[in-house]
This record gives sequence, structure tokens and C-alpha cells, in this order.
Amino acid sequence: MTTRRDFVKAGGLAVGAIAADAALRKANALPYSAAPAPALPVMDAATRDLMMEALNAAKMAGAEYADVRIGRYRANFVQTREQQIVNVADTDSMGCGVRALVDGTWGFGATRTLTKDGVAGAAKTAAAVAKATRVGRDKAVQLAPAAPAKDVSWQNAFQIDPWTIPIEQKADLLLKANAAAMKATNVKFVFSAMFFRKEERNYANTDGSVVTQTIIDSWVPMQITAVAPDASDFQNRGSVSPPMGRGYEFVLAQDLVGNALKWGEEASQKLKAKPVDVGRYDLVLHPSHLWLTIHESIGHPTELDRAMGYEANYAGTSFVSPPEKVLGKLKYGPEFMNIQGDRSQEGGLSTIGYDDEGVKPDNFLIIKNGIFNDYQTTREQANWLKWWYDSQGRPTQSHGCSFGDSWSSIQFQRMPNVSLLPGEKEQSFEDIIAATDKGIAIIGDGSFSIDQQRYNAQFGGQVFHEIKGGKIVGMLKDVAYQMRTPDFWGSMDMIGGKKSYELGGSFFDGKGQPPQINSVSHGAVPARFRNINVINTGRKS
Amino acid sequence: MSAPKRLISAVEDGVLPDSESKTLIQRILKMSTAESASVAINSNVTNNLRFAANQVSTAGSVSDINIQVQSSFGPKHAVVVTNNVSDDALLATVKQSEALAKLAPDDPEAMPDLGPQNIKTVNAWFDDTAALTAADLIKAGLTALEPARKASDLNVAGYLVINETSASLGNSKGLFAYHRATNANYTVTARTSDGTGSGWAGAEHPDWRQLNIAEVSARAIEKARLSRNPVAIEPGKYTVIFEPQAVGDLVQLIAFYGDARSSDEGRSPFAKQGGGNKIGEKIMDPRISLIADPMDPMVLSQPWDGDGLPLGKQVFVENGVLKELYYSRFWAKKMNKQPTGNPTSFIMTGGTTSIEDMIKSTQRGILVTRLWYLREVDPRTILYTGLTRDGTFLIENGKISKAIKNFRFNDSPLFMLNNLEAVGRPVRLAGTEAGGAVVVPPIKVREFTFTSLSDAV
Repeated sequence: MTTRRDFVKAGGLAVGAIAADAALRKANALPYSAAPAPALPVMDAATRDLMMEALNAAKMAGAEYADVRIGRYRANFVQTREQQIVNVADTDSMGCGVRALVDGTWGFGATRTLTKDGVAGAAKTAAAVAKATRVGRDKAVQLAPAAPAKDVSWQNAFQIDPWTIPIEQKADLLLKANAAAMKATNVKFVFSAMFFRKEERNYANTDGSVVTQTIIDSWVPMQITAVAPDASDFQNRGSVSPPMGRGYEFVLAQDLVGNALKWGEEASQKLKAKPVDVGRYDLVLHPSHLWLTIHESIGHPTELDRAMGYEANYAGTSFVSPPEKVLGKLKYGPEFMNIQGDRSQEGGLSTIGYDDEGVKPDNFLIIKNGIFNDYQTTREQANWLKWWYDSQGRPTQSHGCSFGDSWSSIQFQRMPNVSLLPGEKEQSFEDIIAATDKGIAIIGDGSFSIDQQRYNAQFGGQVFHEIKGGKIVGMLKDVAYQMRTPDFWGSMDMIGGKKSYELGGSFFDGKGQPPQINSVSHGAVPARFRNINVINTGRKS
Repeated sequence: MSAPKRLISAVEDGVLPDSESKTLIQRILKMSTAESASVAINSNVTNNLRFAANQVSTAGSVSDINIQVQSSFGPKHAVVVTNNVSDDALLATVKQSEALAKLAPDDPEAMPDLGPQNIKTVNAWFDDTAALTAADLIKAGLTALEPARKASDLNVAGYLVINETSASLGNSKGLFAYHRATNANYTVTARTSDGTGSGWAGAEHPDWRQLNIAEVSARAIEKARLSRNPVAIEPGKYTVIFEPQAVGDLVQLIAFYGDARSSDEGRSPFAKQGGGNKIGEKIMDPRISLIADPMDPMVLSQPWDGDGLPLGKQVFVENGVLKELYYSRFWAKKMNKQPTGNPTSFIMTGGTTSIEDMIKSTQRGILVTRLWYLREVDPRTILYTGLTRDGTFLIENGKISKAIKNFRFNDSPLFMLNNLEAVGRPVRLAGTEAGGAVVVPPIKVREFTFTSLSDAV
């Protein structure tokens, strides 16, 4: 992380780096695991000074607690279609956000002006907003204790910084993948892109935490469209590759060119696939699909702010509520169902060293042996569950789920990686299909919709295989399943083992007002769900 | 070590006026050595208040700027974006966009920058809106918080956000466009403490004085109480009265499919079997027109698009007939058409039937307040799924008879607007899932398809 002056230098270096093509091509050719881990970020003195200035200004303005984030948020995009480039873009945003707690009321101020006056001004605004809105508060905000993270640094699992890869190299890889996909019959259109994020995050609070962290995330979205020769139908194959908390080495490991023909053929086969008969089926869901069902039907309803009504006006509330009626009591699924919340899985999009309150996140079981066991929390929220943690002999402390999507966004509770842990028996997606008499195997995430309390959901997918007598007998189309969350998870009767565990995820999980986005991963093993309601979505009028 | 000083400190936090936007754009263009360069600058100040569980939760004030520099060398182009207005940073941004553009592969569809355009001014700036303070915001929020606290049976959550924005675009061919706006948006959800009732209401306009804050708060609370103890009725096809918010949530989605190119390429609901598109064909009930108009007093949106093309009134569907699709500059050139510009508003024309009269004329039907979590199911027909939320009622014999449980639907706005029974007067919505300035009427339709029940309140 750097100051404005250093940024300018860095900007110059970036231009130079693009020209230093040959050396980077060589670096790029390194095998994934052989690339050396980049050095940990170091906070520069100017950034630290600005953060201390902001904290002092907040205290002088009456804050009993304050925290400050100075961050640089960059994104890089290359977009293509068929055999041409559509757009190349680089974005860069930097600024300072201050959160002040005055008389138990939050206020927030943010500025792009990174001078002492600028950040002090943001701090004063935060305190003034808190004072002005004090009339609207009921109970004072109280933060659960957290050990300060003093002068720590961290970065995620990237090996190759995508900003060091020349633009034409990225474009070339996408265009080759597009060409491979278009070799499939009836494939007429391909959109593909590379999307990278780099966040240099600095944090400090009045408890003594000072943290600097660097995060790089990478994603290669691709959508392949096959059109029937008489234009009577078109079918898409998308969601081919998950976003990941890794660097350019992950893009290379996807073997986009090698896989694109297969994805193109799947789009083409969907044109000839049999429309599904409405009815009840056993569903065998691949991790590339199941991650999204976990996200919507377990990840969101176990956010404590939702359960307590804090998102009622937008994202909604939760059926996993009130806490005293569900913690340790609500049966979510079978005994072998364990759901973990964590921000520590390598490659996870929510993975981080310290959250936006300076808390080192822990791994915790949201669902333990099929029973609801814990919510996702921040320091403010952990206190709301003191009675539960006391009864369990556990300390009342935040799980480290505080996150703001920019320097200009106030931090609040966001989702950690929420994952379905593997079963004891080592079995694969194929093993579960072989054990299924009449069903549908679904690969890839598709259309998704769920109500504001997370009861009733409908999910599509990318590729649907009909299963008869333990074998795949053909492809289906127009498939979507409808579910009621507790019934759905209650019907799960087989899950894969460790070797079948995969991460899926999203770059764009939305929550809050003003709306913020969050990147999050979900690990899953393949799983089977019995007797699920399947509808046909191919209406004509 | 002290923090670096601004080299040029002309641009302070806040919304950039017309003249300063122009000066800054010219300053950046002078740094360019590209064949052509284009600069877009957006600045904003946002003040917001959130409340939930009957008390204020977070409130804040944010100011930012966004400077986009596009450099082009023939068919090669790239965009670099910064929020740093120092000369050094701007120069680095320009150089970076030039370096990326030179390295980028050719874009055979690249269009040259536009020259000066004849753009009309839309007055969307209201000083009364811009002058609002944190104290004003909480005063407004108390219109929901105070009655909820006094009552023993309610929980309210809401959001009030005041935006001040400027947008400008200039290029080396002499184009300059500027638009500034204020906006006030207020939404409230009231829930009954027993967890069985939920009501929502909202309002939005660039002019704060057009919002009746207390009425919005009262409407949400009334809906929450009316919607208590909902009963389950069978999913299926129903006559449905959609309040304007619900209409906007679903009908606005049609605009996403309005690209002429997708239709001409055979991958859109407006693609004609055998080739071409459906312009000139009847696609919905003749009482419906879909238009865009930044000058409409209920809209007041930006009168130019991202390329700098002027936007006036555009008619996409007229009396049920598809009149126009969106033609980008490239596709228009290829197809020998005029580019349409990319609209900044969505307006559905209306009729005169009140919601009360729609209810009176309904033997058995459903009244829907709003829709939620709309997602595409089939792009060939604009078939979407989603759910009702925050006030769903059964109508029997011309009257609202009871609150009912929420439904999931699977239906298309195109199917819906072919099954039209009645249309009311259009209103400005308080935002939709898709966003933007949306003005639509309430409608009554027959045979709308609900596919399952939801226990969600």
C-alpha cells in the first residue's frame, strides 16, 4: 500500500511493466506451484500518519471508538467476443473512510482527499453525523472485546499479480479459447472476459490495531451461445470457471483453450436436448452448481444482522430466527451435514487475515451434525448472542465477518466462505450418479431466485443429465427445481468425500443500503437430494 | 514524512460544476498524445441514513470523483479510470490508457469519437435537496421510527439517501456534455412484531419537496398491519392487480432485451424466426406504449448517453407495436440505420383506472405490492421467476378479503402485457431491482402464473 505520490510512481512502473513483455512472458510460463510467493505488503509511514490523524480527529470530536480504512482498489478488465476485442479497462480508486462511535451511535465519513485535513475532515463528518442521528437510537452500540492486531500484514494466495501480465497476452488467451468454442456445431457467439481485482487495504482503530493487507482475485467469465440453424432456438453455456482468490496462475490452470470446445459442444447439445417432464426427481448436484444453493439457502439466512431485522428494508430477514428459538435447536439437515464458516481457505474469495474491525477471523461451524449452531457475526453483533456462547462455554467474540467493499463504504457484516464439509466416505459425483435410479445430474449454476426469508427458492443450472438405472442416458433442457429450504436439506442422503470437494463462488454478492458487493466462495462436495420438485421453464406464451 | 500535497488543488470534494468539469477535461486532453481521446468525469456527494429494529443503525456522508480516460489509436482503444485529480496522477492515467490501447488487439467495431452535439439541458438540480443535512434526514426517519416505537406491535427498517451528482463528457473532437442532478430516495419496510405481517412503501424524485415522507412511512405501517396472519391459497393462474412498484420490477426488464443486434443475430425474444427482428410487429396490448424521455417532469434524467449522443423522447413500443430497438453506433452503421442512443429512463404509458376501481371490478384475484429477486429463467421469452413481497392480498367480490401468503411466479412481462385488463396512472418508482428512473402505472392482468407458495413474510 502506498500514498498518492507512490501511486504515481507505481502508475509509471505499471506502464513500464507492460513494455517489459518478454520477461513477464517467461514468468507467466512458470508452473503454478513454482512461482515464488510475493513478499508481504508493508505499510508506508505516510499512510500510517494519515490513519492516526483521522483517529485523533475522531476522538477530539467526541468518539468513544473509531476506525479508519485507507485503501486502494483496482480492477482490470479485458472483454472479447468471437474473434475481436470489445474493451480493455483499468480502474483505480483510493480514499479514506472513517467510522466513529459517539454516545453509542455510528457515523461514517469518507473522502478521496488524502491529506491530513482531508482525513480529519472525514473523521469530523463521521462524528457529526453520529451526533446528529443520536436522537434516532435506542440501545447503545457495544463492541465485543477483540485483541488488537498490532502492526500486522497479510496477503492472499496469489502467485502472479495479473497487473504484471501484458494486455495482449490476456487477449490472446481469450481469443484462442473463443476460437476453440466456435469449432462446436451451431456455436455462433462467444463472450469471454478476464476480470481481476487488487485491493491494498490499510486499517487502524482506537483499540490499537494497525493492519495492512493485499488481496488479488481473478475470474474468467465466458458465455457460449449456440443458435439453431432456423433461428427457432438458442441455448447458452456459461459459468464455466469459478472466480477465485488467486492470481494469474489460476487463469492459466483453467486450461481455457483445452476446455472451450467441450463447453461449446454442451451449448450445441442443449439445442437437441429433451425438454424435461415436470415431476419429482432425485437430484445429483455437482459442486459447480451446489455452491450457489448453499450461498442462498444457508449463507444468507445465517447472517445475524438479517436474522435481527437489520436488512429488512432491502435484502430481507431470515427464517433462521429468532436466535433463542433456533440456536442448538433448528434441524437444518441430516446428521452428516456440517457447514463451516471461515475466512481462511486458500483461494477463497472471502479469505482474509484480518477483517474490517481488525479481528482475526476464526473457523466456526454454522451447522453442526445437522443442527443450527452459530451465526456470522461482527464485534457489535457478537454481544447479541452472549447468552448462547455462555451456555456453550464459548467466548463472546466476533467471527471476523466485518467488511466494507470500498474505502467509501461503511463496513458491516458480510459473508465468510460458507462450505459443505465432505462426508466420511470417499465417493465421487460419478459414484452418486451410479447409485441413483431416476434422477437428474446438474452441473454449473444457472438462474437463481429466493425469497427474502430464504424459504422458497428456484434454481436452474447449465448442463442437465438424465439419470436412469445409475447411468446418464441423455441431456435435458428447460430444467429448474423449486425447494423449501429445510425440506430440501432434509432430503439430502448422500454426499461426496474429501477428494470431490471444490470451491465455487461469486464476485457480486449484494447486501446493504447503499448497496455493497462482496466476493465470497463456497466449498462443496457433490450431494444427492431425494424427490425434489422439477418444473419445465420452456413456456411459449 | 507528511502526506503528499496536491499539485493543483482546484478540485475539492463535492460536485463538480459545469465550468470546472470543462476545465479539467481540457487539462486532461492536453496531456494526450493519442489519435483521439475522450474523458468522462462523474462526481458525487451522498448523504444517507439507515434505520432498522426501530432505531438508527448507520448514517454517513461520502464524496468521490471518477475520471475515465479513453485513448484510441485507429481501431485500438483502452479505458483507464482514476479518482485522483493531481496532475501527476492524471498524466499517469493518460499514459496508461495510451499504453494499454497500443497493446490491445484491434477492435474492428471501434467507432470514432463524436464531434460536438446539440444536447438540451435537463434541470434536475434542486437546491432544497442538496441542502439537506444529517439532522434533516433523521427528522424524516422519525416519521417511521416514532409511531413504531409508540406502538407495541411494529418494527420498522428504512433508508433515506440524498445524492448530488455531476456527469460530464468531452473529447478531442470538441464534444462536451454536462449534466448535474440531485436525487432523494426514501423506502420503508414495516414488520409486525409477531412476524406475520410486512409492508413496504417508497418514493423518489430529484426534488425533495415532491416526496411525502410521512405518507410513505404511514403507508408501509398500514400495509404491515393489513398483511398480518396471511392464509395460504393454491398457486396457479390468477387475475392479478399489480401496484406500480410490482409493474416496474417486471416490465422494466424488457429493456434489457431491446438490443437490435441480439435480435438480428437470432438470440433475443425480438428475433424473427428465419432472420431479422420483430420491428413493426404487434408484441403486446394496444393500450401499452414503452418510451424513454429524459425531459419528462417525473424523470429528469441525463439527456445524453455514454457516447455523447443526445437523448430526446424515444418510442420503443407504440400502442402495442414494436417500433424501435436499441441500435448502437456500430450496429446502426452496419445495418444502415440511425443510432438510437442508449436511454436513461423507462416510461410505460398509462390509462385512468384507479387501483380501487380495478379491485371493484375483480370477482376473484390477487393484489401485489412489489416483487423480489427477479432472475431470468428463459431469455427466449423474457421468462422470469421471482416472488411477491411485503403485502399480497386476496380480492373476492370486488373487495380485499384477506392477506395471503407470498407466491413464487414464473412468467414473462411480454405474456403479462398481452393479458391486460386495465391500466392506471403512471408514477415515479422508488427504484427497482434493475435501477434507473422508472415511471409506470398500476395494471390489472389475467392468467398470471404463480407456481409455488412461500412461507416468507
